[in-house]
Amino acid sequence: MKKPNEMTIVEAARALRARDFSVRDLWDACSKAIEEKNPELHAYLEIFEADDVAIVAAQKRIDTEGEKAPLMCGIPLAIKDNILIEGKIASAASKMLANYRATYDATVIKKLKDAGALFLGRTNMDEFAMGSSTEHSAFGTTKNPHDIKRVPGGSSGGSATAVAAHLAIAALGSDTGGSVRQPASFTGLVGLKPTYGGVSRSGLIAMGSSLDQIGPLTKSVADTQILYEAIRGIDPLDSTTIPDGLYGTRELPKQLRIGVPRHLLGAGVNADVLVVFNTMLNKLAEAGHTLVDIELPTSAHALAAYYVIMPAEVSTNLARLDGIRYGLAAHGETLLDDYINSRTEGFGEETRRRILLGTFVLSSGYIDAYYRKADAARAVLRREYTDAFMKADVIAFPTTPSPAFLFGEKSDPLSMYLEDIFTVTANLTGMPAISVPMGLVERDGKKLPVGMHLTAPHQGESALFTLGSAVENV
Amino acid sequence: MATVEEVKKLASLARIKVADAELEKFTKEFDAILAYVETISTVEIPQGEALRRGQTLRNVMRVDGEPHAPAMYTEKIAAQFSARKGDALVVKQIISHE
Repeated sequence: MKKPNEMTIVEAARALRARDFSVRDLWDACSKAIEEKNPELHAYLEIFEADDVAIVAAQKRIDTEGEKAPLMCGIPLAIKDNILIEGKIASAASKMLANYRATYDATVIKKLKDAGALFLGRTNMDEFAMGSSTEHSAFGTTKNPHDIKRVPGGSSGGSATAVAAHLAIAALGSDTGGSVRQPASFTGLVGLKPTYGGVSRSGLIAMGSSLDQIGPLTKSVADTQILYEAIRGIDPLDSTTIPDGLYGTRELPKQLRIGVPRHLLGAGVNADVLVVFNTMLNKLAEAGHTLVDIELPTSAHALAAYYVIMPAEVSTNLARLDGIRYGLAAHGETLLDDYINSRTEGFGEETRRRILLGTFVLSSGYIDAYYRKADAARAVLRREYTDAFMKADVIAFPTTPSPAFLFGEKSDPLSMYLEDIFTVTANLTGMPAISVPMGLVERDGKKLPVGMHLTAPHQGESALFTLGSAVENV
Repeated sequence: MATVEEVKKLASLARIKVADAELEKFTKEFDAILAYVETISTVEIPQGEALRRGQTLRNVMRVDGEPHAPAMYTEKIAAQFSARKGDALVVKQIISHE
């Protein structure tokens, strides 16, 4: 039998109900693994003490309700450091919030607590979710368990490593430009960015409010669906959340039409990643699905639009961090000095860079050429995707142009931004997207996972789970 | 395109300081990023209705309900203040009465 911490949610839930082990055993197995491996991998910034009350309650629930208990009951999870758990520090891996204690639970946390899930600790991330490697954390880097010389991706790198190294059964991350899907691709996991508004952002430290979504990082598509169902839903505390059926319902055919934008898959993608991608596509075609060529012309500009809109929203969202009501307070002579000192000391280099970029694109004289243009380009991109979804049920391409890169390899900021080239479109359009492991490529003698990226129309997560499962089982 | 002067001005607007030692490197990186995102200006945008097709407005306002009990969160919030006097947040005086 697998060790309890190596199981999926489905396996662990079954084992708990079959009394193969207890909730306490499952927690202890995860804790032991964390003790052994976290010092090297640094997935967790803080490991929480066992919540005995919650563990006992979860066990009781399974004992009395059995099959009727929620699947998430008793399951230990890793939570990204930008999701608020009341009473715990939520620092977004920044010095600015290093000592900030959450005054309330994020809605997703509340829902998980109600389902009886447990929280092992808060995971490392790029500071304020700004990055694609977790190298921008103010508290050290996280290693990729497949090759410790390589990054796990970002910004949800800590959550990804925690799950990939079996230091948690599953995890929550957040995704603004790919920060759940790209680490999933780099660490061999399944990562979902739900439809914008599908999961509440209440209690998520805001980065780009029109782009952010909390999403699961798990070992299987079935697990992703379970965790997604547990956290989703309309929330009065987040008026951007959406009711079921807002975008209409679609009947999914048994054989799915897979749209592939071949024009985007040229020189920019590593040759062996393309081979793995095409091999998987062919297997899906053999399994009965249809491959369709589609065009998404404005995709070529998606990354530029993203790096205008996101910093603009970041500069606004991070304006609240000024050392006054919460966070690092570095006092000077005047009030203005208080603001400048606190923000300069509290924010890392990448965070400051993006705030300045945002300030620029919103400033008078430039706002029309940059921000308003990017916003319009976003609408064009969304329309292109909607048109493509007339011919296809799902759109597929590789999640990342390459496998996990080496620490320090992308030290030039622009080269790091280009990592997001495939993932940002789903945030810009608000459509749901998933990364599912599609195979391995080799670098320096190590086998590294790479993911297939699937996008569906708004509220079309079921298509992602169906095709995602097909990819898993092929 | 971006100069050290412009970066300094943006920093001042954003209430952030970029250290003199970092300024040149920062400006160069910033400039490269701007050159990249500038390409957005080449996107052709169709005008008016065609752009907003399929996006309808809906009311997301909640019904007025009862507010939460007074002072429910005060202690937790005040505990995060950098400087505190009772339940009040202490800040520098900026308007004097001399």
